[in-house]
Amino acid sequence: MTPQMLIAAAHIPAPHVPFGGLSPLLAFLGGALIVLMVGLMSPRRVREQGVPALAIIALGAAIGLTIWQWGDQRSILDGALRIDGTYLVANLILATGGIAAVLLAWRSAAGHEAAHGELHALLLSSLGGMSLLTAAQNTVVLFLGLELLSIPLYVLCATEMRRERSLESGLKYLIIGSVGSATLLYGLALIYGATGSSSFGAIAGAISARSLTGDVMLLGGITLAIAGFCFKASVAPFHQWTPDVYEGAPTPITAFMAVATKVGALVAFLRFFDVALIGASGDWAPTVAVLAAITIIVGNVGALGQSSLKRMLAYSSVAQAGYMLAGVVVASKLGVRATLLYLIVYLFMNMAAFAVIVARERETSFGDDIQAVAGIGRSRPWLAWPLTLSMLGLAGIPATAGFVGKFYLIDAAVSGGYTWLGVVIVIGSMISLAYYLPVVAAMWMREAPASAAAPAAGPSGEPGPSGSPYPAIAGGSPELDEAGSAPAHGGPHGEVVLVAVLAGAATLFFGIVPQPLFDLVAHAGRGLGLF
Amino acid sequence: MPPLSVLIWLPAAFGLRGALAGIGPLGRALARDGREQLVPGALALIASIAALGLAIGYIVEYGPGTQSGQTVTQTLQHVTNVAWIPALGIHYKLGVDGLNVLLIGLTTLVFAVAMLAANLRSGPGATERPRLYYFFFMLAESAVLGAFLAQDLALFVAFFDLMLIPFYFLMGMWGRGSRPDRIKATIKLVIYTLVGSLLMLAAAIATGVLASQQHGTHITFALSSLQALPLSKGSQEWIFLFFAAAFLVKMPAFPLQGWMPDGYRTMPIEVLMVFSGVLSKVGAYGFLAIVLPLFPKAAVHFQMLMLLIALISILYGSVVAFTQTDARLIAGYSSIAQLGFITLGIFALQPQGAEGALLQMVNHGLVVAPIFFIIFLLSRRAGGSEDIKDMGGIAFRAPVLATLFLVVALATLAMPGSANFVGEFMILLGLFKSKLVIAIIAFAGVAGASVYALRLFIRSMHNRVGEGVRSREISARDGLILAPLIGAILFLALYPQPALKRSEGSASAAIAEARLIAAPTVARVGAEEVSTPVVHSTPHLTVASGRHGSR
Repeated sequence: MTPQMLIAAAHIPAPHVPFGGLSPLLAFLGGALIVLMVGLMSPRRVREQGVPALAIIALGAAIGLTIWQWGDQRSILDGALRIDGTYLVANLILATGGIAAVLLAWRSAAGHEAAHGELHALLLSSLGGMSLLTAAQNTVVLFLGLELLSIPLYVLCATEMRRERSLESGLKYLIIGSVGSATLLYGLALIYGATGSSSFGAIAGAISARSLTGDVMLLGGITLAIAGFCFKASVAPFHQWTPDVYEGAPTPITAFMAVATKVGALVAFLRFFDVALIGASGDWAPTVAVLAAITIIVGNVGALGQSSLKRMLAYSSVAQAGYMLAGVVVASKLGVRATLLYLIVYLFMNMAAFAVIVARERETSFGDDIQAVAGIGRSRPWLAWPLTLSMLGLAGIPATAGFVGKFYLIDAAVSGGYTWLGVVIVIGSMISLAYYLPVVAAMWMREAPASAAAPAAGPSGEPGPSGSPYPAIAGGSPELDEAGSAPAHGGPHGEVVLVAVLAGAATLFFGIVPQPLFDLVAHAGRGLGLF
Repeated sequence: MPPLSVLIWLPAAFGLRGALAGIGPLGRALARDGREQLVPGALALIASIAALGLAIGYIVEYGPGTQSGQTVTQTLQHVTNVAWIPALGIHYKLGVDGLNVLLIGLTTLVFAVAMLAANLRSGPGATERPRLYYFFFMLAESAVLGAFLAQDLALFVAFFDLMLIPFYFLMGMWGRGSRPDRIKATIKLVIYTLVGSLLMLAAAIATGVLASQQHGTHITFALSSLQALPLSKGSQEWIFLFFAAAFLVKMPAFPLQGWMPDGYRTMPIEVLMVFSGVLSKVGAYGFLAIVLPLFPKAAVHFQMLMLLIALISILYGSVVAFTQTDARLIAGYSSIAQLGFITLGIFALQPQGAEGALLQMVNHGLVVAPIFFIIFLLSRRAGGSEDIKDMGGIAFRAPVLATLFLVVALATLAMPGSANFVGEFMILLGLFKSKLVIAIIAFAGVAGASVYALRLFIRSMHNRVGEGVRSREISARDGLILAPLIGAILFLALYPQPALKRSEGSASAAIAEARLIAAPTVARVGAEEVSTPVVHSTPHLTVASGRHGSR
């Protein structure tokens, strides 16, 4: 490097980097690096306990930094990112979901097989991608965030390396996810071609200034972008991968994907469509509304009759994505708030459910089959109540946060002139009762199957006349059984029960006292941009 | 009187304390004696009796409107009004008016009796897992009271949906029959009824949002505010249908009764008493308190449809009731017929009809709960069977039981002298004024009621003594359970006036607007006779009536 070049470099105006605004993102990514390095240390204790602890510290720091930024509203890095209420609320959801996922993964088989350091580093960098995605104000950053989110997840799905389904899940997700990314990228390129800009604000300006609403290139771009987003958010008809991937992935990872990917994808959806393409909303809103309706019906119908709880929750998450799209469609402040509020509620309800599944996978040999929760109302009330509240919440029963969330979404849909979509949400909820209620029935109204080997089954644990004896290996592969039976002797895992109880309690609490959630999202809609 | 929240949440609080029995010094002391199983039941009994006491207090204190002149405005008493979710305009607003004051009395009475029955059922038939049982039972009472007292549409919907959840557990965990059948019946019932209430959720949200949009005001769900912001006729119509679906399922009315036979057969006896005695009334109450005041135009538009549904329910319920041999189903189908009468009274859109319907709601609750309990007693004397073919001759050694049953049976068939007679008479009177033909057909239902009620009585109490029947007198314990209900039936038979006086103002106010729209001239003449300020002081009513008059 010659001295001239150095001098020239000094003259290039270095962009001002506002580290304050970036700090939550940096906490995620920095945490990922530290965790990865610490994971290389040899003492077993450090790897198995220090690494998750550090990951939780990093996530806690992200929450702290997010709260520090509270109320901030500005664009940073030359308008590439936007720090606003939506970003901050999304970060809170992400970090909370991340902590729950780390706790669930702490003593899981995935952690043992893939090294702990890698597992948590991937988790944190995926969170970093989501965080970036929720702040993106630029198609390039948007794509960058999406890829940073996705690639670690492809690996994470396959972290139970000795289980075929896990590997299959990772591969499937990789292929489908890449198709989705490519489609989105193509769409973004076409939109760039039509508007001549990659910044959301400039795209919106170009659309309104040049009245591009019927432009073929723009329409093509929007169509492909919708398809790409729909792949990521598992919106029908691009949801086919969801059940297989959710079922195959290690359960803590499934929990993380179900919650965090939805946050990333939906907030990006909100920003891109409700800010950049707001001028063309006449073009895309009816399409997305129809997609939302299809998603709600397809997801809820698909979940019927599933005996695997993870598959059932996968279809249910498809349906929930449909509900939340209703908030995107109306393209209003109310819609943004309703979507964010539902994302928070959705976090609690899903974490409670997945934590119970994780606990039961370790305690019984049934894996994630519905048999695994049969009769736990009597033997494991601390798991049965959270799962009950979660199921009732997902079905939208009053006194749970799910009711409030659904109420707000329908409210937003009706206010935005999409009354029919509100009715579809309700019809979806009706269908959903047919698969949520049997789970509750299994917990409270059936006896534990004979071989569940729940230690605390008590005097009533003997099978009723109708309880059919299942062979001990009914759960599936031997690896799973091995993973499931090993910790069972060590007693239930406190941290898993803790996640379940806290998430269940939050579901109930925010159903009765929802005001804090409304306060939280109140200033989120304001800063989005162009309303 | 204490605020209404005390009444609503007292049962749930005691139920929760009961569920946590075994915690705290008292719980531990009892646990040492091995008596902790009795604590939840005792707490639930105390709570339900205290709630009954409170409810009686509210009834006594409730005066029928302002006495000066002949004012018949709806006065809301003991109002609690707190913003619950300000962002959505949802208030935690409770109040007692003429529509719900008697119904909370009915609710607390039937629940208290059910708790008495559950507590006295000791020995081998005692409830398993009492902590959860009484917790869910008390939660149910809280939710039902909340639904009756809510003065905010969203709050009503929340309570309405919520009250089903405890019944889901109560039926599924403690129901009769084999486990898979029981679970199937439970899920069927819950899905049937929740499907209706979810439609209502969408309709309720639409009501609030569209009302605020059409009038350019801030969103609110308070019933009083919504009443002042009438929706356009088109919106009213689809919203009406959604609400009607929810309420008709709950009643149940004719095409929507599919959950009833399996559900009624599955429920444990106390749950059945409460479900048939109280929950079916929430639907009918919803029509009077919510649908007619908020969607009067649609109510008039669909008046004929609703009357036909009610009429078919009466005929269908009566006919099926006297072909069934399962005693529970006889009573169940008779309820369909009775609820049909109540619907007729409401949609006659005449003050007498609405008043009669309200009275009949209370009467039916008071009658059907003891009938189910008597059927339970009969089945114990007939070797456990609830089929009337297996009964017969039970009166032989049980004159007191037979007398009590006869009182209830005669009340069911609306014998002159019973309050049911007054109720049915007023319903038909109201109907005569508006729809003569339907009233004439409905008389067939009155005849039908005497056939099925007497058939049930004669086949079980008289006739040839059944094979497995061992007639014995009603025990003091069971007599104690029946006494409050039969006492209430007799009291209302002798003094229907206090009940009517409390409800007439609110009942006629509830239908006033729909009545004006249905028959503007007649209603106005009638209104001038009693000089209702409701009519003169609200200009938009006259506008509406004028438009419809010219049609």
